Amino acid sequence: MSSKTKMKLDPTIDQIKVQVSQYWDWLKRWLNPDNLALLRPTLKFQTGVLAAFALLASFLLGVTNCSTEDTIQQRLDEDLKSSLEEVVPSELYDNDMLEDTVTIASAEFNIAAAETLVYLAKKSGQTTAVCFKFSAPDGYSGAINLIIGIDREGNVLGVRVLSHKETPGLGDKIETAKSDWVTSFQGKSLDNLTAAQWAVKKDGGVFDQFTGATITPRKTVQATYRALQLFKAHQAELIDP
Amino acid sequence: MALSETYRKIAINGIWENNIVFSQNLALCPLLAVTGTATNGLGMGLATLVVITASNGLISWTRHLIPNEIRIPIFVLLIAVLVTLVDILMNAWAHEMYKVLGLFIALIVTNCALLGRAEAFASKQPVKEALWDGFMIGLGFTMVLVVLGAAREITAAGTLFANASLLLGESFKFLEITVIPEYKGFLLMALPPGGFIMLGFLIVGKRLIDQKLAQRKTVTIPAEAIPES
Repeated sequence: MSSKTKMKLDPTIDQIKVQVSQYWDWLKRWLNPDNLALLRPTLKFQTGVLAAFALLASFLLGVTNCSTEDTIQQRLDEDLKSSLEEVVPSELYDNDMLEDTVTIASAEFNIAAAETLVYLAKKSGQTTAVCFKFSAPDGYSGAINLIIGIDREGNVLGVRVLSHKETPGLGDKIETAKSDWVTSFQGKSLDNLTAAQWAVKKDGGVFDQFTGATITPRKTVQATYRALQLFKAHQAELIDP
Repeated sequence: MALSETYRKIAINGIWENNIVFSQNLALCPLLAVTGTATNGLGMGLATLVVITASNGLISWTRHLIPNEIRIPIFVLLIAVLVTLVDILMNAWAHEMYKVLGLFIALIVTNCALLGRAEAFASKQPVKEALWDGFMIGLGFTMVLVVLGAAREITAAGTLFANASLLLGESFKFLEITVIPEYKGFLLMALPPGGFIMLGFLIVGKRLIDQKLAQRKTVTIPAEAIPES
């Protein structure tokens, strides 16, 4: 801006300052508790206050949401990545699994989703393992959300629980933080165990149940079995595209 | 002198005499939902403590603006906004803590203690007192949650503060105690009915202590011992 226009503007700025200070004084007088006590019973004031509070609330929430959206997405990606790393050993891939995905239909396998997003682990361009989220929709108190890693031949590399609502202290032993039960899936496949063996010991299978909680491990085993079946149905297209 | 007396009264009121759970029987929904273990109780208590202090402060600060007729919708709005803000901000900036406490944050909205304090205290008192009251009520609530959680955890699983290190960090590993080794477990106590039963015992215990205190007062100063209610 040139100095000429600045000179012209200066008095206007002063005027604005005076104006602002007048408004400020008026606001202070208006916000005085005695004045507000007079206003509060009027309908106009009540409507205005409610509208103002609602507007302010939505504005505040909107701003916070917009400014944190990316950070939260980033955190969720990090979470997903670390779960993927837990079920697929790092020596099996050199790609970014979050970017390398295939969607397959899974409605008939009763793992809660009609379509499943499969993350592909690739080493020098060749698919070495796949990884996807699935759920046991019939857990003891709601769905148990799980993630599984499966190698080319269909062996389980690892299963982890992402979230669940099972009874604390009983059913929550499916978490790695509470017990190492969930690691018993490692190395199992549809080939080295029969369909009958894919069950908890109480039902004649090979997997342990927990004292006081049989339904949680039973449903987890059954859902994992169905997840392997889903993999088998799509093995060809997933491994050799 | 008189000022510190007010604060002392608010503190005693919040923690013991007018305790949100023991005396007012409020906030039972989040209370029974999360007190399966002492650690969960502590997490929920601390989250509530922060939100109730903030909501008390905010409502007291804007109390002259809020007309009596529409105070409830405005309180609800303010509390919901606060809880949502804490939820979003924690998810973004304290994600590790959010993974543990996240479940509890949203539950705070169901806590009628917040609305109760806004209505009974914050809307009538200056900001400083309101903040102090929120803090003390929160502290009293946390205390109940931890005691109830501990009682249920010991009877249900024989442990105390299990997984406290997940909530508070590795340095708090020492809190995790196995109280009864080789305990077979008592499922009922881990389930919601166990919460109701244990809460009943705790309330009886509190009433008994109050009775004892009242009796002692009767002996020393008989004139002031007439119960008001």
